[in-house]
Amino acid sequence: MWASLTLQAGYNAALVSLGAAMLGLTAGAVGAFLYLRRRALVSDAMAHATLPGIGLAFLAMAATGGDGRFLPGLMLGAALTAGLGLLCVQAISARLAEDAAIGIVLSTFYGAGIVILTVVQSAGVGRPAGLEGVLLGQASAMLASDVTVIALGAAVILLALWALRRPFAMVAFDAGHATGLGLRVRLLDTALLALTLGVVLIGLQVVGLILIVALLIIPAATGRLWSNRVGIVVLIAACVGAVAGYGGAAISATAPNLPTGAVTVLLAFAVFGLSVFIAPRGLLARWHHGR
Amino acid sequence: MVDPTPFPIPEAAMTIRDLTVAYQEGRVLEGVDARFAAGAMTAIVGPNGAGKSTLLKASLDLIARRTGEVRVFGAPFANMRQRVAYVPQRAAVDWDFPARAIDVVQMGLYGETGALGRLTGGLRARAADALARVGMADFAKRQIGALSGGQQQRVFLARALAQGADLYVLDEPFAGVDAATETAIVAVLHSLRAEGRSVIAVHHDLATVPAYFDRVLMLNRRVIAEGPVGTAFTQTTLAATYGTALPQKVPA
Repeated sequence: MWASLTLQAGYNAALVSLGAAMLGLTAGAVGAFLYLRRRALVSDAMAHATLPGIGLAFLAMAATGGDGRFLPGLMLGAALTAGLGLLCVQAISARLAEDAAIGIVLSTFYGAGIVILTVVQSAGVGRPAGLEGVLLGQASAMLASDVTVIALGAAVILLALWALRRPFAMVAFDAGHATGLGLRVRLLDTALLALTLGVVLIGLQVVGLILIVALLIIPAATGRLWSNRVGIVVLIAACVGAVAGYGGAAISATAPNLPTGAVTVLLAFAVFGLSVFIAPRGLLARWHHGR
Repeated sequence: MVDPTPFPIPEAAMTIRDLTVAYQEGRVLEGVDARFAAGAMTAIVGPNGAGKSTLLKASLDLIARRTGEVRVFGAPFANMRQRVAYVPQRAAVDWDFPARAIDVVQMGLYGETGALGRLTGGLRARAADALARVGMADFAKRQIGALSGGQQQRVFLARALAQGADLYVLDEPFAGVDAATETAIVAVLHSLRAEGRSVIAVHHDLATVPAYFDRVLMLNRRVIAEGPVGTAFTQTTLAATYGTALPQKVPA
């Protein structure tokens, strides 16, 4: 495991760990704004809604004679049904509470995806072995080209986030005032969800769609425990995400069939759990202050 | 001799024509016409549910209106956003947000920094000045959640001051603040008026209307009366606005 953590387990393993770190960094940074805007759970519905799109994209690519596991193709299918899921959440939450809308969309889309995936695997179309890796992440199965896709995607997302950091923070704090200054709040909210979707897509192979929400929320919550400034909360969230992603990929590579997503989430939670006690806004500080 | 300026000098800070707002439960505001004088302080008063906050929000495009036209200094509001500073109710935001007082004030500078722009030294100084003007210079680096209600309200006012607007629209600026803050806020608003700027505030304490404000708009789903405090703020108009249930004795 030490060799794996210190990038000495081979070129491909090192590349995968760095790709996972970039994903974690991006998820932490985007997640911080999502957390401050109180939209974190919408990302969970969106992530689960990628599954039917992945199954359908695989079918389409395999049926046309291509490689069904071609990552950009799977990501396109995932994006389409995730977008559809998001529209459903918005349509339903216009009439019902948003948590109910999220629950309905998350479970229905995920169920549909499982049905499609099961049909794909029993029908023997293409070579679907390993496709279920998108559920919980299988970083060790990643190719160098997959890491390139992740790195490029992460760079684009981080650049957009940097450009929009001020309006995002203003809308999260006081949407009314931001509107008064002429900010397009609906457009900005949509942009934030689009960046979140980007994180979900580049995270499919690394942590998988079931647990990506943890990489969006836990680093953000950790950052909030350490700082009272938006910029620093975002930076800490990005660092926690990067460490969790890197460690998750490296550790999961040491044991066969150990899902990367699960290890990544546990690592992120370990940092969060420690922070709950020792961070400036944590329990120890509160007890100390209370005495 | 013919006046060489083709445009009339706009003497109204804000004019509202035929503004109607309806929620699902029914109409909240019905055909409101109002004219807020420039260089003056105007109070909007009326009972709970009269639509005072709604009038402000609908005028500033924060909520949808069914009908109505709003002009600011003679031009459509959409073209004049930078000249209008809005101070929402303090309870409208989450004060646990990770920001210091000075960070919130700097949000008022967004119109000048733009999305990608950085805060220059001059803009930073302007934010610091705005905070000092409301007597909060010593609290610039304090987390906003650690401030008292009155201090939070002053930070909100400082954010509006940093914008350097000509019209200030405040929603219940004195709600839940201490006496020292109320005095400080009134002093700042009066100094804005002395600079020729205009102030519109939703106000609840009828006893202080004559002391604080020049003009008053009496509202109860429609405009009951409008004008200088001396002529529009009378027992008759109060009775018409509040019905028989006057909330407090008013010095007539």
